Amino acid sequence: MSCCHPCQLLHIGLMHYLVLAAALFGIGLYGALVRRNAITVLMSIELMLNAANINLVAFSRYLVPDQGPLGQVFVVFTITVAAAEAAVGLAIVLAIYRLNRSVKLDQINLMKW
Amino acid sequence: MKNLTEFLPAIWFYLFAVITVGSALCVVGLKNIVHCAIYLAATFLGVAAVYLLLHAEFIAVVQVLIYVGAVTVLILFAIMLSQKYSGMEIVQHNSQSIPAFFLAAAFIIGMAAVVSRTWVHAAKPMADVQGSAQSIGYMLMQPYVIPFEIASLLLLAALIGAIIIAKKDIE
Repeated sequence: MSCCHPCQLLHIGLMHYLVLAAALFGIGLYGALVRRNAITVLMSIELMLNAANINLVAFSRYLVPDQGPLGQVFVVFTITVAAAEAAVGLAIVLAIYRLNRSVKLDQINLMKW
Repeated sequence: MKNLTEFLPAIWFYLFAVITVGSALCVVGLKNIVHCAIYLAATFLGVAAVYLLLHAEFIAVVQVLIYVGAVTVLILFAIMLSQKYSGMEIVQHNSQSIPAFFLAAAFIIGMAAVVSRTWVHAAKPMADVQGSAQSIGYMLMQPYVIPFEIASLLLLAALIGAIIIAKKDIE
């Protein structure tokens, strides 16, 4: 197991960033599965998107040296889509709150049979 | 002290990683939703610091501007507008906590195991690109100009859509 060598742990490489992104994604996954409030679920989705962005930037720095900051360009697009998602998602949450006075996800069962 | 300067990047990385992961845990674990939003801003700042460690200065600034400046404020506004008992501690978790915890833990451990066993720890960083903002601007304007324009169209559609959805009464 070369990964547990202290020298490997102290020299920061691609592996460290990937593990950090995996931890952030896992926490966001837990939050999206567990929370009852729709706004907190949106926050957890933002956490997962940030983890994906860390992966993109790290791969761009470590794996494609001849392409320039290609991954960072992708991150710009991802942040754009995430901002649009947050705006529309929160507008939907406000509309749902106006409809039935609650944003608890287990009480939003209008389309369930 | 040769040793200390040698380990300085590792110290910075672990500091910012602990800040990021700790405040992310607070986001999914706390009972007061306003505190969750504040810790979400802390998480975004930690991620911006990680971008700085990766020599992505432009992305770090964009992260602070958009996520910390805009998305967190948007979320705080939505919390203020949609909570009957805003700022109170209420039970926020559903009954799926334990299976979801094991699923997330299995995901993290599995990803860490896979990542640490493959070739990625042998990857060397590329030479530091001077002026990442300049080259990002060039790439957005030359080879990726059509996705750039489509992104602006997406933002316009999201703007109009959010206004229409959140409007009070539509005749």
